[in-house]
Amino acid sequence: MVEEVKVRKIKDGTVIDHITSGEALNVLKILGIPKDYPKTPVTVAMNVLSAKVDSKDIVKVEGRELKAEEVDKIALIAPRATINIIRGFKVVEKKKVSIPETIEGVLRCANPNCVTHFEEVRSRFVVEERSPIKLRCYFCEKVMRGEEIVRQF
Amino acid sequence: MDFGGRDMISIRDLTKEEIEHMLGTAEGMELSPPGDILRGKTLATLFFEPSTRTRISFEAAMQRLGGKTIGFSGAGTASVAKGESLTDTIRTVERYSDAIAIRHPRDGAARLSAEVSSKPVINAGDGANQHPTQTLLDLYTIKREKGRLDVEVALVGDLKYGRTVHSLAYALAMFGAHLTLTSPKGLEMPREVISDLQKFGPRVAKEDDLAEVASKVEVLYVTRIQKERFPDPEEYERVRGTYKITMETLRNARENLIILHPLPRVDEIAAEVDGTRYAKYFDQVYYGLPVRMAILGLLMGAV
Repeated sequence: MVEEVKVRKIKDGTVIDHITSGEALNVLKILGIPKDYPKTPVTVAMNVLSAKVDSKDIVKVEGRELKAEEVDKIALIAPRATINIIRGFKVVEKKKVSIPETIEGVLRCANPNCVTHFEEVRSRFVVEERSPIKLRCYFCEKVMRGEEIVRQF
Repeated sequence: MDFGGRDMISIRDLTKEEIEHMLGTAEGMELSPPGDILRGKTLATLFFEPSTRTRISFEAAMQRLGGKTIGFSGAGTASVAKGESLTDTIRTVERYSDAIAIRHPRDGAARLSAEVSSKPVINAGDGANQHPTQTLLDLYTIKREKGRLDVEVALVGDLKYGRTVHSLAYALAMFGAHLTLTSPKGLEMPREVISDLQKFGPRVAKEDDLAEVASKVEVLYVTRIQKERFPDPEEYERVRGTYKITMETLRNARENLIILHPLPRVDEIAAEVDGTRYAKYFDQVYYGLPVRMAILGLLMGAV
């Protein structure tokens, strides 16, 4: 495969493949890299040619297996991404990210007057469109789109 | 169609058929009042923001149906002043009442209240978001005056911040109305609101000349332009003059034009217009009564 030539294999960790072209750095933001994980080795490949789509980004994170909650967040900006968990150079688990019908707790509403900023309540968004992403706050009904979502990470 | 136990939070929650059913029930309430169908029932009116007409309208509607109201107006007098959360207030009040009407300065406060309340919650205005009973009474007014809802309507004034115009535009689009948008620069209807209407495939046009608009449409829905929306007072003065409905504006008005306004008005409609056949904004207030009677009756399962 084309990308394997350009990006070396990792021993243990997570490979996020089929990221929407150009979104790799936002995926890193969502994962809190490098802020929360200053020492985690990360490889980024952008605009790699792919057989399935015109081009894509790839992120390889060494020594870290992604949790379900993190996967959900990635789906917001890279709905076709696949997550490969690697142990001893082998793919032991492969999953597709999927945007759920509603997203709870992960995001903050962009509307500063939304009741969720003033009461103790878990945020909740209804997914109205998947690509490009369009969310509507369940409480204040304000719409959030790509850029407003990415800025939160 | 059973509305018993349901909430009334956003016009977006309602289908076209449900809105028609509510308007039909309102007409029944107006033309042949049903008597004390809510005897023994209590409506709590929680107005965290002061309001004159909406609260009085709810109280009047409840009394017409034989029910009682409890509640407060202004957060200063409420437990909120002591720091109680909204959800705790709702959990307390629902113990004393059969339904709750709430007005609150935060967007989404009514939806949150409905989440924690086991009794029906009616949104009487949540911040800049929704005011569904106003929307229903606006629709009812148009239905009563025009006999239908697929009318030619112009929405005039502050289309950016005016919460009533957003949900009204949504509902009118649902019924196939043709919309003309007339607003000062900077107070245009937000892109999101317009894109939201597109699923109903309405005809939406923009037109700046008020006299031109009045000569074309059947309904002029006028909203207040608030001074605080303008950083520059001179700009406000200029806009205020341009968007005022006067006899001059109406010189070529369509024979069957009606003018509506959610009120309170400041000076968007000149007093000289009040006596004309076009002026229907005070009838609109009256129509709020059967509409709120219908909502109360339906949500409390009495009709």
